[in-house]
Amino acid sequence: MQKLLTWIDDRFPLSKVWNEHLAQYYAPKNFNFWYYFGSLALLVLVNQIVTGIFLTMNYKPDAALAFGSVQYIMYDVSWGWLIRYMHSVGASLFFAIIYLHMFRGLLYGSHRQPRELIWIFGTLIFVALMAEAFMGYLLPWGNMSYWGAQVIISLFTAIPVIGNGLAQWVRGDFVVSDATLNRFFAFHVIALPLVLVALVFVHLVALHKVGSNNPDGVEIKKKKDAKGIPLDGIPFHPYYTVKDIVGVTVFLMVFSAIIFFAPSFGGKFLEHDNFIPANILSTPLDIVPLWYFTPFYSMLRASTTDFTHGMLAVATVLVAGLAFFTKRGFLAKLMSVVIAAVLIVGMFTLQAKLWGVIMMGSSIVLIFFLPWLDRSPVKSIRYRGSLYKSALTIFVVSFILLGYLGTKSPDAVSLVLFKNVTWAQAFTLVYLAFFVLMPWYTKIDKTKPVPERVTFK
Amino acid sequence: MKKIVLSLLLALLPVVSHADEGPKLDHVKIDLSDKASLQRGARIFVNYCLSCHSASYLRYDRMGHDLGISDELVKQDLLFAGNKVGDRMQAVMPVADGKKWFGVAPPDLTLEARYRGTDWIYTYLRSFYRDPKSFSGWNNTVFPHVAMPFVLYEWQGEQHAVFRTKTIVSHEMKNGKPVTQVSTEQVFDHFVLAKPGTMTPKQYDQAIRDLTNFMAYMSEPTKLERIRIGVYVLIFLAVFLVVAILLKKEYWKDIH
Repeated sequence: MQKLLTWIDDRFPLSKVWNEHLAQYYAPKNFNFWYYFGSLALLVLVNQIVTGIFLTMNYKPDAALAFGSVQYIMYDVSWGWLIRYMHSVGASLFFAIIYLHMFRGLLYGSHRQPRELIWIFGTLIFVALMAEAFMGYLLPWGNMSYWGAQVIISLFTAIPVIGNGLAQWVRGDFVVSDATLNRFFAFHVIALPLVLVALVFVHLVALHKVGSNNPDGVEIKKKKDAKGIPLDGIPFHPYYTVKDIVGVTVFLMVFSAIIFFAPSFGGKFLEHDNFIPANILSTPLDIVPLWYFTPFYSMLRASTTDFTHGMLAVATVLVAGLAFFTKRGFLAKLMSVVIAAVLIVGMFTLQAKLWGVIMMGSSIVLIFFLPWLDRSPVKSIRYRGSLYKSALTIFVVSFILLGYLGTKSPDAVSLVLFKNVTWAQAFTLVYLAFFVLMPWYTKIDKTKPVPERVTFK
Repeated sequence: MKKIVLSLLLALLPVVSHADEGPKLDHVKIDLSDKASLQRGARIFVNYCLSCHSASYLRYDRMGHDLGISDELVKQDLLFAGNKVGDRMQAVMPVADGKKWFGVAPPDLTLEARYRGTDWIYTYLRSFYRDPKSFSGWNNTVFPHVAMPFVLYEWQGEQHAVFRTKTIVSHEMKNGKPVTQVSTEQVFDHFVLAKPGTMTPKQYDQAIRDLTNFMAYMSEPTKLERIRIGVYVLIFLAVFLVVAILLKKEYWKDIH
């Protein structure tokens, strides 16, 4: 056995890789509940790829056959129903895990220096995952698949001049059709999975270069013993492998409970309107994306003409004001004036729909800038002051409520007093303000002293 | 200022939604383990529905196997539209004819229960009424102006719908002033059985319940199996969880 290992090690760095990333990768010993979601995300990625391969064996990317082939998988393929439910439920849980994983970052400052690149790669994974999910959702060729794709692709038409041509280029047709289905299939089963796997790889390489953060936000590499091992670090394997087995088992219980007892999850994971084939002549009563997109869908629908004009007016005044009051040089002033001018011109020339798209886009782009927006001297929420704690709480509540409102009609009253669209506008402002105002409220926030070593009971 | 107060007050008023919230549906108890009910439902489906509607994702032998009917009995009693027991359940009537005769092709019903829900099917099939103004002579409160003629009228008989007048009060802002509009609308109240059919209302409800039950089975034939397997999977995982926790504790006991 040892001889075989030596033989391999002479030709491939097997022991080196094993040690660097598992047996001698030192992780802080104080990981808590929130640190399960990284390994779970990897597990679900593998689940999606493996079940996806088996689905592809029987699925037909053809507008005339796609819906029937999915039903063939459900009715005739041995265990096909299980594989499909694992894939569809897996997709929803993937997002649940990713959202919790990102929230962990906000809690403990995992995005902060020196982990900016990990955060950026992670956000890219999130974006790629959204594209993957959106394209995958068209493949069953149900009526909601069809109209969902129709609505989202038509967003491109809001772009002036090239919009219509661009939307047509994306679809490969004047409407969502067989051509669209084929290209979405290609993206869903090969292009985006490759991108995802590559991004996950660099996400982990970057993580293992700087080491894991922890709930205290303390850099364990600052205190090492004589052998150069962090005093608060323990080898990932076996300690965190056995711990993650516990996390994985609990996750599998939730996963199985949904797969076996409520795979449609009351129409939330598999929508009722997707049980009839795509029909260009019959639009579903409400076109609603799956739950994981609804917060962003809400923001898109929140941009009525009045709202975007109000937002733009305020933004213009703020940016123009910056030009007067900034202590920075001439270039900064000039930039502010230019941006203000662009906003003013845009306000009168671009339609509200496009501003909605821009707003939805910026809600995701802002996530990339988080490492530089956060100016707090401490990383972990444990040592931050009440300002950040309140901001994060309000942000999370807004995000959840945006998600809820995204499933409802904008004109109905699902919360209190005001129409859904009004609430969605308020929560969109809160969402954006959480990021835009972050440099100020994190800077003036009262922080507590951070301990030298991690706390561990 | 006055305007703002007024619009705030308006927001407080109960909002009348003009979008139809759909008819009130009667609840039907689905029991997929009731084989006798499923068999009766299958017989109704094959005899009445399958003439025009397909259930093309399901095969005869699969249905027979799940419902405890032997291949021979399936061939003898249920196989009118197909040739072989391994065939998919296709409608007798070609789709093109359906389009010509009814204006729309009768939809495939395999997944109807997952699309519309069992309560919808159960209520729909009990909500046909005579309407001389409609194309087929029948109308439906759950699916107004449905193209489907009421094929089970011999069983249920002839229902007449009684409507009542409902007053709708709506508030909205017009030119900065609150305007209250009052309009009336005919809403369905109840049915009157004008001409009894061959079945009593109770028998008819039972037959439709059997049919709905069968359609629920048809929309997901693996449902009972997945629940049965799910129980074992969760029991296994629960036991495994205990082992995993013990293993973790054993490894972590020297970490302080």
